[in-house]
Amino acid sequence: MSVPHALLALLTEGPKYGLRLQNEFQSRTGEVWPLNVGQVYTTLQRLERDGFVETDDGEGARSRKRYRITATGHRELADWLRTPPDLVPPPRDELVIKVLVALQVPGTDIHELLQVHRRHVIELMQRYTKVKAAAAEDDVPLALVADAELFRLEAIIRWLDAAEVRLRTQPAAAGARLADEPVQPTRATEEVSR
Amino acid sequence: MTSALELRHVSKVYGSGPTEVHALQDVDLSVERGELVAVMGPSGSGKSTLLTIAGSLEGATSGQVFVDGLDIATVSRSDRARMRRRSIGYVFQDFNLLPGLTALENVTLPLELDGVPSKPARATALEAMEELDVAGLADRYPDELSGGERQRVAIARAIVGERGLLLADEPTGALDSVNGEAVMRLLRAATQRDVAGVVVTHEAPLASWADRVVFLRDGHVVDQTVAPPGPESLLAGGDRR
Repeated sequence: MSVPHALLALLTEGPKYGLRLQNEFQSRTGEVWPLNVGQVYTTLQRLERDGFVETDDGEGARSRKRYRITATGHRELADWLRTPPDLVPPPRDELVIKVLVALQVPGTDIHELLQVHRRHVIELMQRYTKVKAAAAEDDVPLALVADAELFRLEAIIRWLDAAEVRLRTQPAAAGARLADEPVQPTRATEEVSR
Repeated sequence: MTSALELRHVSKVYGSGPTEVHALQDVDLSVERGELVAVMGPSGSGKSTLLTIAGSLEGATSGQVFVDGLDIATVSRSDRARMRRRSIGYVFQDFNLLPGLTALENVTLPLELDGVPSKPARATALEAMEELDVAGLADRYPDELSGGERQRVAIARAIVGERGLLLADEPTGALDSVNGEAVMRLLRAATQRDVAGVVVTHEAPLASWADRVVFLRDGHVVDQTVAPPGPESLLAGGDRR
């Protein structure tokens, strides 16, 4: 989440004080992403330094300053919106590593281990769903934020399910192969990273 | 307190000898009124069997099934049929609405089969349809409704009258994720009116609408979620990755 660009987006509606920006940021992201007022002012200082925002007057307490977006800020925001996010996964996903390591630890019940992680992820999904359930059905920003988290978590569940099927159908092959090879990022991951 | 649904050591075996299939093995499950339970598991894990046995659509090979404290093996066939009509509502993946009947007639049907006179039956059915926001579609036939509308009508039929147990088998079926979510919201709202709900699904986002998720593998209950903390715990920032 790019806080600077979210603040720039809020300023496209007109000049605002820092406290109002904090409130609007939280309410429009379904209050799923907390943001303290200190972060808001630090970010606004950087945006001002870079020429993306300006204040009514340069002096006085920070809470008295009203910020407005500059033409450079508008261009920066437009560029950012169209720049694809970095979707390349980190080279070592912790859950993947745990499962790969478990395959090499004698006596580990891999299916029980997969279930432990599956339950944890579902419990987390239940919490995000509760956020959605507690909100009004027409609260679209909140639904979008909660959906993003839910679908990301669903992908983990699908990976756990697929891992379970692979390990049921080819248990020996998975263990033997790993016994000879240290845990490394997969070739696929490296190729994507390049 | 008596559970709305209780399965005690329930097993189900299909076939015999070399073709014997153990669909359920020693399953224990209790569901209280006001609670929505999701049953998750891969294909062939026994999810649908669990639901048909819970709804007394078929019998267990061993073990006991109690609906509102009543052991369904001890009641006569006709009483069991009456219990299915009066106490249990079913929602299926493909809606199972009768094509020759209007939406209202579909919702009215279980009441009329149970001997409720036509006029009060229609009034009760319309109330259920209003709750699901489909009263305006009362005179339409199923083939004149969208998938989401059909499932709303099917849920109205499942909750009409005084049903204490709602059973749903992959109820979001072919619906897109937003319409699927709407169905889960409705099922959740229905159970919050003192109805016990069991939903079978293989989709995690839909299962996450349940108060409790039970995991089934090879006919065994292998795990279940514990009551999750409230959503406010997500806002503290401690869990953020």
